Amino acid sequence: MATSDAPLVAMRGIVKRFGALVANDRVYLDVRRGEIHALLGENGAGKSTLVKILDGLLQPDEGDILWEGRPVALKNPDAAGRLGIGMVFQHFSLFENLTVAENIAVALPGAGGLHAVAERIADIGRSYGLTLDPGRPVWTLSAGERQRIEIVRALLRNPKLLILDEPTSVLTPQEADGLFGTLERLAASGCGLLYITHRLEEVKRLCTRATIMRAGKVVAACDPRRESVARLASLMVGADVHDVRAAAAHPVGKVRLEVRNLHLPSPDLHGTALVGAMLSVQGGEILGVAGVAGNGQSELFAALSGESLAPQPDDVLIDGAPVGREGIDARRLRNAAFVPEERLGHAAAPGFALSENVVLSRHATGGVVRNGLVSMASAKRIAGEVIRVFDVRKGGDDPAAGTLSGGNLQKFVVGREILREPGVLVVDQPTWGVDAGAAAVIRQALIDLAARGAAVVAISQDLDELFAIADRIAVLHDGRLSAALSARTATREEIGILMAGGHATDAA
Amino acid sequence: MRLELVPRTDVPGYARTLAPLGAIVAAILIGGLVVALLGRSPAAALDVYFVQPLSESWGLQELAVKMLPLVLIAVGLSFCFRANLWNIGAEGQFVAGAVAGAMVPLATHGMEAGPWVVVVALVLGTLGGALYALIPAFLRVTLGVSEILTSLMLVYVAQLGLDWLVRGPWRDPKGFNFPQTVVFEPGAQLPMLMEAGRLHAGAGLAVIAVLATWFIFSRTLFGFGIRVSGEAPKAARFAGFDANRLVLIAFAVSGGLAGLAGIVEVTGQIGQLKPSISPGYGFTAIIVAFLGRLHPVGILFGAFVISLTVIGGENAQILLKLPLDLTTVFQGVLLMCVLAADALVSNRVRIVRTARA
Repeated sequence: MATSDAPLVAMRGIVKRFGALVANDRVYLDVRRGEIHALLGENGAGKSTLVKILDGLLQPDEGDILWEGRPVALKNPDAAGRLGIGMVFQHFSLFENLTVAENIAVALPGAGGLHAVAERIADIGRSYGLTLDPGRPVWTLSAGERQRIEIVRALLRNPKLLILDEPTSVLTPQEADGLFGTLERLAASGCGLLYITHRLEEVKRLCTRATIMRAGKVVAACDPRRESVARLASLMVGADVHDVRAAAAHPVGKVRLEVRNLHLPSPDLHGTALVGAMLSVQGGEILGVAGVAGNGQSELFAALSGESLAPQPDDVLIDGAPVGREGIDARRLRNAAFVPEERLGHAAAPGFALSENVVLSRHATGGVVRNGLVSMASAKRIAGEVIRVFDVRKGGDDPAAGTLSGGNLQKFVVGREILREPGVLVVDQPTWGVDAGAAAVIRQALIDLAARGAAVVAISQDLDELFAIADRIAVLHDGRLSAALSARTATREEIGILMAGGHATDAA
Repeated sequence: MRLELVPRTDVPGYARTLAPLGAIVAAILIGGLVVALLGRSPAAALDVYFVQPLSESWGLQELAVKMLPLVLIAVGLSFCFRANLWNIGAEGQFVAGAVAGAMVPLATHGMEAGPWVVVVALVLGTLGGALYALIPAFLRVTLGVSEILTSLMLVYVAQLGLDWLVRGPWRDPKGFNFPQTVVFEPGAQLPMLMEAGRLHAGAGLAVIAVLATWFIFSRTLFGFGIRVSGEAPKAARFAGFDANRLVLIAFAVSGGLAGLAGIVEVTGQIGQLKPSISPGYGFTAIIVAFLGRLHPVGILFGAFVISLTVIGGENAQILLKLPLDLTTVFQGVLLMCVLAADALVSNRVRIVRTARA
């Protein structure tokens, strides 16, 4: 018999490797009865891997899991479910054409008839404030109502531990408020909750303990109610600043990239619309765009690169020319260059050789294509130059992009653009998931490019990086871009409050 | 314990080339086993299937005649498949091309027209197939309809349309009520390449299609765009390629070549329209395209192997009393072996013992 003061679940020294990548590196985490425990971290920090292990979807390579003090093996989600571990996923898996009751009955073998299920749904609804009409077809429901189905579905199995993976990412603020009420009631009834998110405001409001992960490791455990949002943010993002040489004093020229009051609805259901974005970057300057992931970064990048067209031509200007309605190649011909966030699949085609990936972004601007014919010899020469100048380590003569390590591929896709000597460079997450050495090379290259007169926009979640390279920093929150603050005088707290949706004056 | 496939990082080029050959050897061994289980000599079956058709002129010509439509269609399909578009309606585009092209010989029947008739027929056939393939492409681009369903369903529309034409308006009045059109004038048929035999001028078209496709994919920016959009659609957008335009062009090329195959088959081989102008060439060509790894030269090779099994299968039925279904079985075994060889060349098999939890 386990003692009642043992944590509900304790994960001890969990290690999970995927090939060379260590997704979880000796992770310790425990959740007690009746608490709402936040698991914080950036994308790729290892949160999902850890939670999948807890739900039985993945098996750890090392480490133990104790359930109420006893070691257990979670071989599959069913075994986890029998112990009392329930999971609410970020993306719903519901049958659109079935009713609420039918969807729940499908996931509950042996639940009795639809009628019995409907009654139990009503019971749960009354106890936790989860109103649902069992007879409604799912396709008529809002995102918040669909999530309630997922939660009720999990609750019907009487879980002792409920895991919620970024549950508010698709909810309106009002729906999120309703959810918080439910979660507090659940915790009060003795259920342990593990709440995964990168939204810091929610954590401060809801959670009593937080475990913070970065790069597969637990970096801190704290009481989020006692920490500032800015402190939580810096724990999450890390403080491993690498030394970069500041550029020698150089003149700042005229405005080369400008965005004027750009409104851009998101084409994607779960995307973020840009609301009245304004920015202007002069030659010789690096503008940093900070913000928590999912606040409109990729939408801003697409709007600047021309992958998404702006409503009006003069919403975006490059060297004074209105380019809002021009596509990415037309903007490249105006000597702009772009590096998207995703290295594999967006900045580079994984199965294509490095030389072919040169053709990918260089075909419009000359040197590799003549009369519709690709000159692979020229592409190989350019690839060789990028590899030499940026010290790209690779196996083989002209290997596929997918075989390079993250840092080396990032050096390649950044170098591919910088060697063109662009007048405007927009780069999204320049060193995301890249080792320290490569990050330093890339940051230095951005600083040097600006010193040669280019206007650079660096969108990054890494505040330390922005303070190291940027001249000014603007913050993107919920699709709104703040005014840019001088990186020399702004404090981490000011930026942190803007990242959480506050105003710069709040910090004073 | 379970098996995991771990991607290999350094696959030498020769391994990829040799993999299909290994697959064929494996498929022949499995096929031999099946023949032995049926109580026949595997050695005799090997002789009848693969040696006899290749050692006599009639066999070689027959092989080329069977390969021709498969090569044309499969080379066209490679444009769609490389762009990750699933055109599985080549059979319908083949029929549409045959019908569109046949309008010319039928309209000029009995008029002593010159060889221009067959040239116009080929052009119209190509256009007919292209337009027919543009229907699913257009639906996908404008309404987001899955091209898999529409292209497949349009096969049945085309086949039933042909059926109606040859039983109704286009039926040969002197044809004893058989569902078929008149036999085309000699000037409206493709010339033969050899005195005694069945190899016709369509073979030249297939060679041109293979060379042109090879050139497009290896040298042109257009071919590069098709390949990128299949490999990584976001990277294609980053490169500035217009995804919708690529969908339309890939389908038009694919349908055009299937339509050309249709009219070539009708003007070079059959000489008239009837309900059964294709023994499923449009579907078999899908296997051929993947056997050839969507590479034009590989497709020649794939068409060769598949045609050989068809001719060998007919042979085996006559000489060894082996069921014709055995050919289908063998084609299936062969495809599985090729896919397996592919997977094993690109991946390493690792045995994973479930971790102690």
